Amino acid sequence: MLLAPALLVVVVLLVLPLLWLAWQSVRQDGGFTLAHYERFLTDPVYWMTFLQTFRIAAIVTAMTVLLGYPVAYVAAGLSQRWSIVVLTMVLLPFWTSVLVRAYAWLILLQRNGIINSALTGSGLIDAPLKLVNNEFGTVMATIHILLPFMVLPLYATMKKIPGELTMAGASLGGSPLHVFLRVFLPLSLPGMIAGMVLVFVLTLGFYITPELLGGGRTYMVSMLVSRNIEVYNEWGAASSISVVLMVCVFLIFRLVSLLIPFERIMGTR
Amino acid sequence: MIDQQERARVGVSIRQATKSYGPFRALDDVSLDVAQGEFVSILGPSGSGKTTLLGILGGFVQPSAGSIWLGNRDITFEPPHKREIGIVFQNYALFPHMSVGENITFPLRARRLPKATWPDRLASALEMVELTGYENRKIHELSGGQRQRVALARAMIFEPGLILMDEPLSALDKQLRENMQIELKRLHKRLGSTIIYVTHDQREALTMSDRVAIMNRGKLVQVDTPERLHDHPANTFVARFIGEATLLPVQRESDSVVRLGQQALKTAHPMPAGSNLHLVVHSEKLVVADGSEPEASNRLSGTVTDTLYQGESIRVFVKLDDGGEMSFRLPSNHAGRALMKSPGEAITLALHPEDTVIVPEAG
Repeated sequence: MLLAPALLVVVVLLVLPLLWLAWQSVRQDGGFTLAHYERFLTDPVYWMTFLQTFRIAAIVTAMTVLLGYPVAYVAAGLSQRWSIVVLTMVLLPFWTSVLVRAYAWLILLQRNGIINSALTGSGLIDAPLKLVNNEFGTVMATIHILLPFMVLPLYATMKKIPGELTMAGASLGGSPLHVFLRVFLPLSLPGMIAGMVLVFVLTLGFYITPELLGGGRTYMVSMLVSRNIEVYNEWGAASSISVVLMVCVFLIFRLVSLLIPFERIMGTR
Repeated sequence: MIDQQERARVGVSIRQATKSYGPFRALDDVSLDVAQGEFVSILGPSGSGKTTLLGILGGFVQPSAGSIWLGNRDITFEPPHKREIGIVFQNYALFPHMSVGENITFPLRARRLPKATWPDRLASALEMVELTGYENRKIHELSGGQRQRVALARAMIFEPGLILMDEPLSALDKQLRENMQIELKRLHKRLGSTIIYVTHDQREALTMSDRVAIMNRGKLVQVDTPERLHDHPANTFVARFIGEATLLPVQRESDSVVRLGQQALKTAHPMPAGSNLHLVVHSEKLVVADGSEPEASNRLSGTVTDTLYQGESIRVFVKLDDGGEMSFRLPSNHAGRALMKSPGEAITLALHPEDTVIVPEAG
């Protein structure tokens, strides 16, 4: 009974629209059609967009692991007070709008932006680097925006690894590297997988960073959806793309949940 | 490289170890020599410095001053993984993602010993702790006692000269704990390794150890055999900590006599220095004075205030005429019951001069 209000919200605001979306994608001129789905097999723009989206998601995921793991590791090893300071610093950008942060990156990375003028001014490079309006800029900003989603589950998992385990590893003759590789890393893996799933899935649906920083060269699935609606007014095509992306996300969750329980991905256990 | 023979025979020497955290001294000038093959317990209340001492021995805490020797090797600045000390942690610290076998062979893997030698050593380690056939079990499938034994096998498989145990039995229930105490003791006899055992359970320390080191506020108060600790505590702290003792303030009368109120009490032991003296009365040392006690016995008279039936014995509480309260035990057999008094009745107790222990106030 207590679930009823929440259930109602989910059904009205999520399930029904999704069903409507699926319905849209198989209808044309009052009849049933699979034409929108056929385009995935015939139109190279479609599958190339999906490919680029997945590639960007993979790069962003890998980079957030590389950047986020050390941060989480340090934060988990610090005293309560200092780990709060580190985590606050991780979360601080989280409290500003994604749009603001994307524009901030644009200012930093553009042709005569801060980074390029600093580099040319110091004589390190002759001509400004192309840092934005391409995949690099998109990836950069997306990493920045999604980093907390990697750091937080990693931190939570690492915090739960008893300090005694690494002490035991050392007392049994394990060098710090050996203990890290054999004890700490395997035990932090659930947090890493959780973070990877979150970052990967969130990147798949990212819209603002490729739109603002991709310069038209970085074409991600979400942009395909918006073009279909804004430019071609093709709701059926847009819906089919959304449905396919959603199925992809479901499949990813399903596959990962074979590895670790779903509750752990969401950090509830 | 130290050869096997040598390694199995090392003693430990803690020399004037001090650990300060700002003005607070967690460990204050502690020196302790443990002979090879000896079983020494470190006993003290929480916050007494036991854990700090253990951390210094294991290499997890750097002493502010002093040095630690393992045999003739100064290990004060050796990192933990080079010390060759086996540690059994309070919560066992087994690796949850590894099987029993993988846990126990961790030290062999860490030392890059040839894999061909593992199965034999694993088998004998499992046999030692009576877990043969358990190598593929997951840690979460084991009971508390089994986990304890896996931790023990893991800490022993690399044949360390010294094994540290940090309250290894505190997570077990009473029955299992007593069984494991006997098992540990037996294992120690068989292997002959040096063991330093940290506990806050005085009975456990007395049962298992060759010697017990009592700690309080970062200092060693007394290091002695269990018998000496119990019968001849160094001061009031030890006397209160060990056994079931009542302490009564007394005045010095001469080198062998003290006064408790109006009552003069003889002691057969050397009188401690200082003026702040206490009589230590262990309940088992008191007998009811019925004329059968030795002539030389000290006598204490009082009134029974309460009796407590405790199964194998009856504990009788007495308020002394000269002030102070104490208790003694009567066996709950026919002879014991014959001597029983009801609350309110007068009673005279006898305490032999050999059992009359006088201690100074703890400093």
